[in-house]
Parts: sequence; C-alpha cells; structure tokens
Amino acid sequence: MPAIDSKIDLNGEAFTRNRDHMLALITQLRALEDRAATKSAATKPLFDRRGQLLPRERVARLLDIGAPWLELCSIAGYGLDTPDLEKSVPGGGMIAGIGYVSGVRCMVVASDSGIDAGAIQHMGREKLLRAQELALRNKLPFVHLVESAGANLLRYRVEGFIHGGAIFHNLAKLSAAGVPVVTVVHGSSTAGGAYMPGLSDYVIMVRGRAKAFLAGPPLLKAATGEIATDEELGGAVMHTHVSGLGEYLAEDDADGVRFAREVIARLNWGAAPTPTAKPPRYDAQELLGIMPPDRKSPVDMRDVIARFADDSDFLDFKPDYGPATVCGHAAVQGFAVGIVTNNGPLDPAGATKATHFIQTCCQAGLPILYLQNTTGYIVGRASEEAGMIKHGSKMIQAVSNANVPQITLMCGASFGAGNYGMCGRAYNPRFLFSWPNAQTAVMGAEQAALTMANVMEAGARRKGQEPDSAQIDALKQKIVDNFESQSGAFVTSARMLDDGIIDPRDTRNVLGLTLSICHEADARTLRPVQFGEARP
Amino acid sequence: MNLLIANRGEIARRIMRTARRMGIGTIAVYSDADRDALHVREADTAVRIGAAPPRDSYLNIATIIDAAKRAGADTVHPGYGFLAENADFAQAALDAGLTWVGPPPDVIRRMGDKAEAKRIAEEAGVPTIAGGEATAETAKTIGYPLMIKAVAGGGGRGMRLVRAENELTAAFDAARSEAEHAFGNGRLLLERALTGARHIEIQIFADQHGNVLHLGERDCSVQRRHQKLIEESPSPAVDATLREQMGAAAVALAKAVSYVGAGTIEFLLDADRQFYFMEMNTRLQVEHPVTEAIAGIDLVEWQLRVAKGERFTRQQADIRFHGHAVEARLCAEDPARDFLPQAGRIALWQPAEGVRTDHALEPGSEVSPHYDSMVAKVIAHGATRDEACERLARALDSTVALGLATNKAFLAAVLRDEEFATQGATTDFLSRFSAPPAKPDARTLGIAAMLLARNGGYGEWTSWSNNPGRAMQVRFGGDDVALTCERGGYRARALGEDIALDDDDRRVVHVIEPGAVHLARAGQSYSLENTTHAPPARRSAAASDGRLVAPMNGRVVAVNAAAGDTAEAGKTLVVLEAMKMEHALSVPTAARIKAVHVAPGTQVAPGQLLVELEPAS
Repeated sequence: MPAIDSKIDLNGEAFTRNRDHMLALITQLRALEDRAATKSAATKPLFDRRGQLLPRERVARLLDIGAPWLELCSIAGYGLDTPDLEKSVPGGGMIAGIGYVSGVRCMVVASDSGIDAGAIQHMGREKLLRAQELALRNKLPFVHLVESAGANLLRYRVEGFIHGGAIFHNLAKLSAAGVPVVTVVHGSSTAGGAYMPGLSDYVIMVRGRAKAFLAGPPLLKAATGEIATDEELGGAVMHTHVSGLGEYLAEDDADGVRFAREVIARLNWGAAPTPTAKPPRYDAQELLGIMPPDRKSPVDMRDVIARFADDSDFLDFKPDYGPATVCGHAAVQGFAVGIVTNNGPLDPAGATKATHFIQTCCQAGLPILYLQNTTGYIVGRASEEAGMIKHGSKMIQAVSNANVPQITLMCGASFGAGNYGMCGRAYNPRFLFSWPNAQTAVMGAEQAALTMANVMEAGARRKGQEPDSAQIDALKQKIVDNFESQSGAFVTSARMLDDGIIDPRDTRNVLGLTLSICHEADARTLRPVQFGEARP
Repeated sequence: MNLLIANRGEIARRIMRTARRMGIGTIAVYSDADRDALHVREADTAVRIGAAPPRDSYLNIATIIDAAKRAGADTVHPGYGFLAENADFAQAALDAGLTWVGPPPDVIRRMGDKAEAKRIAEEAGVPTIAGGEATAETAKTIGYPLMIKAVAGGGGRGMRLVRAENELTAAFDAARSEAEHAFGNGRLLLERALTGARHIEIQIFADQHGNVLHLGERDCSVQRRHQKLIEESPSPAVDATLREQMGAAAVALAKAVSYVGAGTIEFLLDADRQFYFMEMNTRLQVEHPVTEAIAGIDLVEWQLRVAKGERFTRQQADIRFHGHAVEARLCAEDPARDFLPQAGRIALWQPAEGVRTDHALEPGSEVSPHYDSMVAKVIAHGATRDEACERLARALDSTVALGLATNKAFLAAVLRDEEFATQGATTDFLSRFSAPPAKPDARTLGIAAMLLARNGGYGEWTSWSNNPGRAMQVRFGGDDVALTCERGGYRARALGEDIALDDDDRRVVHVIEPGAVHLARAGQSYSLENTTHAPPARRSAAASDGRLVAPMNGRVVAVNAAAGDTAEAGKTLVVLEAMKMEHALSVPTAARIKAVHVAPGTQVAPGQLLVELEPAS
C-alpha cells in the first residue's frame, strides 16, 4: 500500500520554530476556553446555595463517562462582547458539542447560566443556530439544557430579535424531520424562551427552578394587573401537572439530566460506530512543527496527511498532473475519505484535477476532506490564457454541488477565491475546523497594501502629481493592520466562521469523529413526521 | 473404591483431590444452587440431590443414599457440616452396604450429645467445666459469666455467653430457637464461662484396630460469635509438656469410646494453663490443613485408609511437627455492616501464589444465601510463627476476591496485630479488636473513575475531547469524581484532592460490573457503587419511610407483629434466618403496625417489604 514517506527534519531549526509558534497559539486557545469555564465556575457558591449544578457539571453528568466530546465554537464571540480582548469571555454564553448520551451520539447545547445568568448573546444565538443546523444535517438527537435570563435588554438589537426566531423554526424542523429534541429546563426559560420547551419533543422540568411563561409576574402586573408567583405562572409542578408543557418532573439538576439520559436511552436510536484502524506511522506531535508562521516556506501537505491518515496510507491521484494541487484517497479511523489539498496555488491543471477528483468522490459516495493551505488561484497572463477563470469556476461548481459530506480544515493560508474553491464556510461543508495558525483573507495583507499603493501612485501620476510616499505608507499600514486584525483563526472563529479551533494533534480524532458522524447520518433513515410533535 | 462426597464447596474439592491422587473414583452430589459448581464439574460423576435449601438436598439422607447407590458408590465421605455428625446418616450408609468414612454411628451419637460427651470425658479422667442442664437453678449454682450451649450444637450455633442473670431468659430463648432451627433439637446445657481462655483442640486419629494417635493441637482462639476465623498450629500457649498432657487426655477419651477415624477434642485452656474438655467433633475439621502442614500428613488420605481397615504403621513418637502453620477463613461477610453475610456473585477471584488456598471459587461464582459464608481457607506454613503469619497476611493481601464484601482485609489486620503477634489470642480477643474497613481515598476513587472511562469501548476516542479542560463526572456512593484527560493522561479531582493518575494506577486489579467498579489496592478490596445516574434520594425517600424491608436473602423464622399493634422503639418485629444466622429486625422508632406481609417460613429477597409501619399516635 502507498504509505507516505515523510521526510521532515524533526531536529531542524524550522521545525522547532514552527512548533514553538503553534504551541503558543494552543496555549492561548486553552487560556481562552479556561477563561469562560472559570468565569462560569465563579458562580458556584450561588448555584450551590440554590441546590443547582453548574452548567458544565450538568453537561458532564449528561455525557457517558469515557466517551468523546467534540466541543464546538468554544471561541465564539471572543472580542465581540467587549473589544477588550483581556476581558472578553469567549463561548457566547453557550456550551455546545457532540457527545454521547446513553450510548447515543447527540448534539448537546447548554446555556452557560454561570455567565450573565445565561442571557442570550449575539454569538450565543449564532452558536445555537449552528448546533441546530448540525443536528439536522447530521441527524443527531438534540439535547438542550436550558437556563437563560433571556435576551439582554441593554443590548437589544432588532436584527437579533428577528433572526432569533430561527431558533424556534429550527426546533420545529428538527422534530418534523424525525430528529428528537429533548429539553431540560433547569431554570428560567421565559418569554420567547418558553417556546424552547414548547417546541421540544420531550421536556424535563426541574422542581423549584424551572420557569416557563410568556410573561413573568412584573410584566403580568404591568399588563393586566394580575398578581401571580413564578411557580404559579410557570413552575415545574404546574407545567407537569396542569399545563402539560413538561413530561417529567425532576427533583434537581442531576435528576433532570438523568431523565434526559433515560429518554435518549429509550429512543432505540442505535449505537454509534467506533473507530478501529491502524494508527498513522508518524507521531501526531509532529503536526505542531510543519506549518511555518509566515506562510512563506512551502509545505508538502502529504506530511500532514501522513500524521492523521490510517497507516499513513495515501493513494495520490494524478500526482504528476497539476502537482501543486494534491488529491488522493485515504482513511481516517476506518472511514474512507477523498482528500483535496494545496501544495501551492490553484492553477488550471490543479483546478481541473480537483474538479475531476471531487466528481469521482461523488460517484463513489466518498466524503471529501479539504485541507486548506492556499494562497489562492494563480494569476498571470499564462494562467488567464489557459482559462483559469473557467477552470476555477468548474471547481467551485463541483464543490458547491457535491452530494457527499464535505469537511474542511483550515491548516494555514486561505486566501482569495481559494477559500471558496477549497470549500470555505460559505460552501457549507458539514464541518469546518481551524488550526490556530490559520489565516483567512481576500488576499494577503501585504499584497492588498501594495495593490492600494500601486493604485494610489498610478492615480497621482495620472493627475501629474508626485505620489505622497508618507501618505501612501500610512495607508499601506492601515490596510495591513485592517487585514491582519481580521484574518487570524481567533478572529474568524470568534465570528462563527468555523466550528472551532483545534489543536493540530487532535486532527485525527476530530476528522475521524466527524467522518463517523457523517457516515452514521448517511446510513440512518429518519422517520419524518409532517408537523413535528405537538403537545396536548 | 468409588467415593461419594456428601458435601459441597471447598471441602468436597479437597476430598476429591486426595481421592483422585489415590486412584479413587469420585462422585459429587449437588443441589440446584450448585448445578454449575466446581466440585460438580471436577467429579467423575455428579448426582443432583434436590433444591437449594440444605434440608432439601445436602441434609436429605434418603436422597443422598439413593444417589450413592445409583452412582455406584461404595464409600461415603461426609466432609464437615451438613450430615457429617449425623449418626442416622452414618447408619443409613452402613445399612446401604456403604463404607462410612468416620466413626461408628453410636460414637457419633454419644459424642454428639454434649451432656453425654461430658460424662464420658469425666469418666475418662479428662477435666471438664462445671455445668449442667439449662435451668435457672443450674445457672445459680454455676454463677456468671456462663455459657449456654446446644446439646446437639456445633459451629457456634445455639451458643450464648450470659454475663448476668437478667440476660438469662432472653439468651435461653434465642439459643433454643437457633438450636431448634439448626439441629432440630432445642435442648441446652449451661457451663461456667471461662474468660481469657484459649480454644485449643487436639487432632486425634484412630484406626479400626484400637490404635489412637494425636497429631498435636490447633489454637482456634480467634473467634467471632463462636465462629473460628484464624487457626494455627502449634499454639503459642502450648509447650511440649502441655501438648503431651492434652494429647494423652484426648487419646484416653478417644479410646474410652472406641473411636475410629479423624476426630477433634476441643479444650479450653485457661490463663493458669489448666485445660477443660469442651466437646468432641467426630469428623474432619475445617481447620485440618494447619495440622497437615506441620505434620506432613494428608488427613483425608488417612481417613480413607482407616475406612478401608488399614492399620497405622506409625507410633506416636513417629509424629513430628515442622514449623508453624496458620489458616484464615475467608468469608463473604461485610465488615462495614457488622459482618453481615453476603450472597451474590464473586466477580473476580484469584488465589494468592505460594500458599495453600482451599476453595471452590472461580470468577463469576455465586455465593448462595443457603450455605455457609466461608468461601475459602488460606493456609500458610513457615519456619516460625512470625514467618507463617506474615506469609499469610501477605497472601491475603494478594488474594483477589472482588464483587462481594469479604473479611479478607480484616483477617490480614488480625495477623498483623501486635497483641496477636506477641501473645496469640484468647477467645475474647476479637471483642477487643477492630479494623474498620478502609474508606476509598481520592486516588482510589480517581482510579475507579479512570477504569470506568477506559472501559467504554471507544477505542482511540476514549476520554478524548478537543477541549481537554472538560471534566467527566462520576459519582461513587456519595463521592463525586471529576475526571479530565489530556493526551491520554488522566487527572482526578475527588475528596478535595487533585491527583495525577499514572500507569501503575491503570494496572490495578479490577472488575467492572453494571453499576459498580470493584478494585483491589494495597490489600483492600473496594466495591464502588456507581451512583452517577442514581435517582434522587428524595423521591425514593417517601417509599422507604415506614417500611421494614429485608436486608438480605433469608427465611422468616418468626414474626412478632400483627396489624394494629403498636411497637416500641427497638422491638424485634421479624426474625430472619440467613446464612445460618438469625437476624432480628426491629423498628427504629415507636410505630403502629399497618400491615404485615410475611409469615414464618416466607423466603425473602433483599429489599422485600416485610412490615408496613405508621407513626405511633
């Protein structure tokens, strides 16, 4: 079998420099994740006093011990709650991930009510919507642990209100599609939030803590003058005994989560496949030292594939035709996959090769993995003459219309239309993850600045003026700053332009797990119901 | 020779081992509970003799004799317990033309009657303890403390120590009831109770030609509720002179009844080195291996040879003892619950290397509530007492018995006790000794959580997360464990400690069952109940209040409650017989009885509702 013969100098200066750079970024990632967890955990005394579990404890108890947990969008909202990056708490006030509940792979979302009492943040809402979308596309039962103060009225945005309606639209779609929705109401789930249990197939309410009503006591009094308590209006006992909104009355948070497990266990959903395959021949640790920080030295992406593919096995497709674009067959943890990646710019030959390869994958029903490390489609007279636009378009057509699961991993550079052709976020891959060093932009910052400078200089000369080099330099710097401040993985991930930043050493598990999820989803026949389930 | 062994468990296997070595065919008998037991599988032939309760199987004389005939047996070995000291059984075997491995029926009968045996001992010049028939008058004559014994007794059943007069009536009742249930004979004896005495017994052996030898003593002073736990030979309290005196007394007594085969004469040895006859056991003893170890004799072989009519070739002077041997009885009893017998499944069993372990266990063996809670005997031999005790303690440490609570660590603690090591034990030793069962520490809890996590069958994904800060949560009993895993390295947070787990922790001997992790660490066995997803106590509390439930498998022998009665706090409502002990179940606080759901004879399972109560008005 064609195992990759990888020849990285593990003791070289470049390797060490690359690794140090990568490790520093991973440290930053972990520190940010820890910041959210720590902030949430600081409310423990309050939660203890109320007899509650912290949101992360709820999730931990919900999930099967020893099972994998693929957390999603841990950096969502970073720098968007406050521009002060030292104070910003990433995560969007929401914990989301794919985990195992009673042996069933589920999409799990929990309000991080340790942060602002679970008030919905803009990026938290985006995260919830993404989780719902992933649940629907991947046929994952949706478990929602709710405790939310609702929308933060101080930060009210009309577009947030309007787009937020999609949460409920999605719940109805999930139910109708045959993807069960199980909601545990741990605390407040009021006003709009009350439709979360309302649109769930199974609702568990925690005694004394769950609250679901359209208007709480203050608003009610203001609106009609009626006086009623929280419990009377929407407590767990009322909803499980009188209104019928809740199916199961839980004694406390742990019991609520236990009920969710019981319900999932009874869905007769079937066990998820587990990985069985030969490990790669190369140590995943070495993935830390492959990608250069400056993106200027070339990378043979086969060195990356060799460190996550089963047995480092890779059947190179047309290796000598359009060699700057690498395509081929591999498997990750037993799941076969076609890989498209970049050893250089996308050129006409590379684009047609990739197009051809994508079509063969569709023909074979093979999921496609895009490892992005591209400076974009090649420019120049020769390539234009060779029909670069046509060939690039073909590739985009293939990527856009491929009927197999596509997964994208941002390994380094992602510039220009290369981002599109290599199945960027807008091309709706099933999953998209970033390495911490990933950079995404319409073009390189230097190139953008230089382009602008050239345009300005040419403009000045057209008017017969001498270009103001100081002014141009300042503008160049401004462009560079603007590009660089938006291209890093921490920035794109904060804006939900991926499903999360991952440690390169986790690549094999992330890909294996997501391929397994796609595989399970494709094999599963859902039982759609026409209108979703309605409560009595 | 074709030998039927009218017994089960370790002793059946032990007898078979010798029989097989001697070229003797082996026939096992079994109750329904033992259908798949080792002693059944190892025998040449096995015959079913009835249902699990002993009276329907191992105590059913007619069925066993019939089994012997059907299987072509010519000899019967009764082992110990069950019918081993039943003269009717011996007679029935002889009447059926079978060779009986043991003394003649009339000897069994005479020595089995405690009063008669004592009279014979007195006649043979063997010192006895003052006592007589169980009446208040006798009690007054003897004075306190005194000991109540069942005339037909054995194994501690029907025995009660009475310290003062006001305890007498209750003790009489209890002993009589226990004796009636155990032996079908409620007759009792009283004896002066010796305090600070040692239980010393002499192993004797007689052939059919009038030759009687003694094989030295065994010290069985480590007892709880008159049940022996640790036995050794020689006794640290017996020197050569005393051994000779006691041996001579034992031989004289055996000769006086024309004894045949293996027998044991039990004495109490007081602080002044005076010994008194207690009783004679007309069978092989549980603790015979310690004698075998130091005398270099296979007692079962001798029994079979004597039964065939062979004559001793050795004289008393030829009996030599080498070193010191100690035996510990491993019992399925929970030290955390006052040594309550445990029935259930031994998930993992692994006897220690380098010592003798007589057992009938294998991983997955069921310990039946119908039989004795002793599941194995571990015997160590050494040049000195210290060496033998240390060897045994270490062997107990490395013996793996997981899934069911046992007294393993308790036994090892006794062997390591200063008083026991320096002076040996007196019969009241255990009343002063305690070794509370070890509570799992943070590392143990962490290991259990890690083992659980690693057992999920997730392959490369085991415990993995792209966010290694996420914790997995497990609850064992009332203790929470938060477990994190980064690149295969586990950390656990439990009991306020943060612990990094290493490769050694992964190698801990363990077994995972649905609902529990059992593991062995540093000689301790832990059964950690996984309560992570247990229903909340509050909801179930409503159901457990006002309910008297059976704590274990057993048979109801008495019900002292009727609907409408009021019961004072502490009143015994139901008496349960389980694992050959009686357990009084009483009401914790004053209550009115709402309903009674059992009657004498009812077989009950753990958690079964016995009596419903409501608050006394």
